[in-house]
Amino acid sequence: MTSVVWIIPLLPLAAFAAVTFWGARLPGRGAYVSIAAIVLAAIGGLAVLAQVTGGARADLTYTWVAAGGRPIVVGFIVDPLSAVMLAMVGCVASLITIYSVGYMAGDPHYPRFFAYLSLFQFSMLFLVLADNLLFIYAGWELVGLCSYLLIGFWFDRPAAARAALKAFIVTRVGDFSMMIGILMLYLRTGSLRFDDVFHALGTGALGGTFLTVAALLVFGGAVGKSAQVPLHVWLPDAMEGPTPVSALIHAATMVAAGVYLVARAYPLFLLSPDHEALTIVAWVGGITALLAATLAIVEDDLKRVLAYSTMSQLGYMMLGLGVLGYSAGMFHLLTHAVFKALLFLAAGSIIHAVATNDMKRMGGLARAMPITFWTFVAATLALTGIPPFAGFFSKDAILLAAYAHDRVLWVLGLAGAFLTSLYMGRLCWYAFAGDFRGGAVPGAAHGDGAAHRAAGPHESPAVMTVPLVILAVLAVGLGWIGAAAFGDPFGRLIRFAGLEAPAGNGGALALSVAAAAAGWAAAGALYRWRIVAPETLRRDLGALYTLLVRKYYVDDVYDWVFVRAGAGAVWIAGAIDRYVIDGLVNAAGWLAARLGLGLRYAQSGREETYLLLAALGVVVIVLARLAW
Amino acid sequence: MTGEAIAFYVLAAITLAAGAVVATSPNLMHSAVALIPALLGVTGLYVLLNAEFVAGIQVLIYAGGITVLILFVIMLTEGGTGLRIRQRNEQAAIAAAVAAATVALLIAVAGRTPWAHEPGALPSYTPGAIGQSFLGPNLPLFEGTSVVLLVALVGALLIARKETGE
Amino acid sequence: MITLTHYLVVSALVFGLGLYAALSRRNAVAMLMGIELMLNAANINLVAFNKYGAPGAMQGQIFALIVITLAACEAAVGLALILAAYRRFETTYVDDLNLMRW
Repeated sequence: MTSVVWIIPLLPLAAFAAVTFWGARLPGRGAYVSIAAIVLAAIGGLAVLAQVTGGARADLTYTWVAAGGRPIVVGFIVDPLSAVMLAMVGCVASLITIYSVGYMAGDPHYPRFFAYLSLFQFSMLFLVLADNLLFIYAGWELVGLCSYLLIGFWFDRPAAARAALKAFIVTRVGDFSMMIGILMLYLRTGSLRFDDVFHALGTGALGGTFLTVAALLVFGGAVGKSAQVPLHVWLPDAMEGPTPVSALIHAATMVAAGVYLVARAYPLFLLSPDHEALTIVAWVGGITALLAATLAIVEDDLKRVLAYSTMSQLGYMMLGLGVLGYSAGMFHLLTHAVFKALLFLAAGSIIHAVATNDMKRMGGLARAMPITFWTFVAATLALTGIPPFAGFFSKDAILLAAYAHDRVLWVLGLAGAFLTSLYMGRLCWYAFAGDFRGGAVPGAAHGDGAAHRAAGPHESPAVMTVPLVILAVLAVGLGWIGAAAFGDPFGRLIRFAGLEAPAGNGGALALSVAAAAAGWAAAGALYRWRIVAPETLRRDLGALYTLLVRKYYVDDVYDWVFVRAGAGAVWIAGAIDRYVIDGLVNAAGWLAARLGLGLRYAQSGREETYLLLAALGVVVIVLARLAW
Repeated sequence: MTGEAIAFYVLAAITLAAGAVVATSPNLMHSAVALIPALLGVTGLYVLLNAEFVAGIQVLIYAGGITVLILFVIMLTEGGTGLRIRQRNEQAAIAAAVAAATVALLIAVAGRTPWAHEPGALPSYTPGAIGQSFLGPNLPLFEGTSVVLLVALVGALLIARKETGE
Repeated sequence: MITLTHYLVVSALVFGLGLYAALSRRNAVAMLMGIELMLNAANINLVAFNKYGAPGAMQGQIFALIVITLAACEAAVGLALILAAYRRFETTYVDDLNLMRW
């Protein structure tokens, strides 16, 4: 299997082509083709994972461009990192695709949706398998394109079109930085393959400030894709896409790509002088983890809360990688993919039923949608890090690494954990407890499940709930593969030579669980028992509340600094073009026309004059020649 | 002064005097008729230059052909009415200046250039040499000229014919 | 002793007279006569150079003959044009023929 691993990404690509061209004429209007492709890819991924666990490795290379002394060698790599990602992406994407059959039912652009999903899956699998920066970059741009297409899937909604554009442009900023970083590495090492680049690190050809700058530029791409501060603004808006897309983008694939890139290029960060690059990664992650969590507290849109939660968890992953917790970061990536996909799919199920995203218009759904409710709760507990759910093991591994590395970052992470419990508790109590508060605003038909508005909320069809249950089982049980009690099989598979996980620390462990529990308690106090009414809190902390609702004014600052200043610059450029450039061109034309008008009088029609002038010209020329 | 020099000066005087009449006479008929002595004077110069065949052709074509043609055209157009209307245009003064400048330049160049002063030997019988040349190395030139002549005459007929069809 | 320069001077003077006629005459036929004079001046040059400049060769005379032939052509076509123009415009005075203008 490892030697033909290139087949795995090709399966969704073939499905994409088939669904694009034949679409509605295929079985299940194209959905079954997409599902078959990604399920096969998932099985392949699991097979590869099994073989890799057994010790198999492969690096399929191919000299693409034999350009003199710097041939461009591309290829696919099979190692624990890519195998785990392959299996994870395949499995999560399979469940999401199956779920989409129910969720997207009745949509007029049903085949197009599955075509995009397949393309997205291909891009991600391709990116994961890349053994060189070129393929990584290609996959990177492909997932960027797919996220644009999928976020803007309902392009007739202005908000969706705007969000798609925003996602594309904001991530482009990061991509550009990444491209510069890749070029720097290529110029210095003459190769795009990770092996060669890392080899250059060993020989000292690559190092010092140059390495730090290059690593940070590459990290810029990860910041954009993984929605880290300061390029995080696109992710909440990206919730305009269909909910399965949110699950796919914000759980398994695109946002994980940034973390995966940092892990894949880990030596670059690790070996930069004094871990400078790694320290910055850790701080960006820590700050994002905390900031995003604070924003989630005041958000009323169900999916946006989850989006902020994703940002926050991605921050944890970056933090984990940054504090030398290589396997901890990757472990969190894996578990997060599972439980966040579950959260999004469950949220999709809810939105499908109540036709609104506003959690304050929900309520009482625990009785109406029991499967959704229980799976959602399982995922929430996993996210908040309550033992023994999956998130507990991965998040605590990260916090442990942070504790061992830098206490300030650890405190950031701990605060984030507290806030995570708080906002997830708020979400759960708003959505599931109490009585149903009306669902969709009458008249404001929402694309999400608008076709399925019923008299009251009801459970979703089996095609949607079965993936939820499967993911819930994983969310509950997956954590154990990283548990020290079982010898930490994940940590043994995914590890970075020379970096050992810090020894367990009971005190730190207890504190992080306590922080999560405190968050739950606070949420309960506020939203369940109403010991302190949230409205009172909101009034008393008005300034803070406004700051959070306005998202720290980041969007406003970007609007002023980039959008309006950009518009101004464009206006100036336009004015220059219109009046200076066009003016010059018009002036040239005008001058020629005036000259012609003047010179036409020379065209007198009198040949004796012409003849005279010709003779005069001869005289003048000969005279000039003689005189000279 | 040798006979050759006397002949040259006489011929040159005839040519230039007749040419002056051609160029300046207010009567078009006078101009045309004066063209005949001018061309004959040139013919005399050709003879002095041992170009007997060219001289003969000059008499036949120029004095005999073209001059007669010009006279015919003058007769056919208003020139034959004998009206003495203004023959010089308003730029005549500038034209004279330009012509004078041209002449001055030509003479200056001719005077400056170091020519070989001794006349060279020509073939004893030049018409024979010309014939040999035209049917030998210069055959393409000869044929090309004949084609041009034919085209020009057909063209002249075409241009000058009465347009009756319209 | 008559040298090449003598012929060249005569040629130049004839050329000047021809040029003056061509430039200053209103009548097209008279302009044509001026052109004939200029061609004759050129022919004098050619024949004179044939004798003085390149003794033993015949190219100068041959060229003069060709020029005479072409002069005949030119006179024929030119006079035909003048006739055609006269039929059309009732004039042979070129300053009356200024249709080819802006």
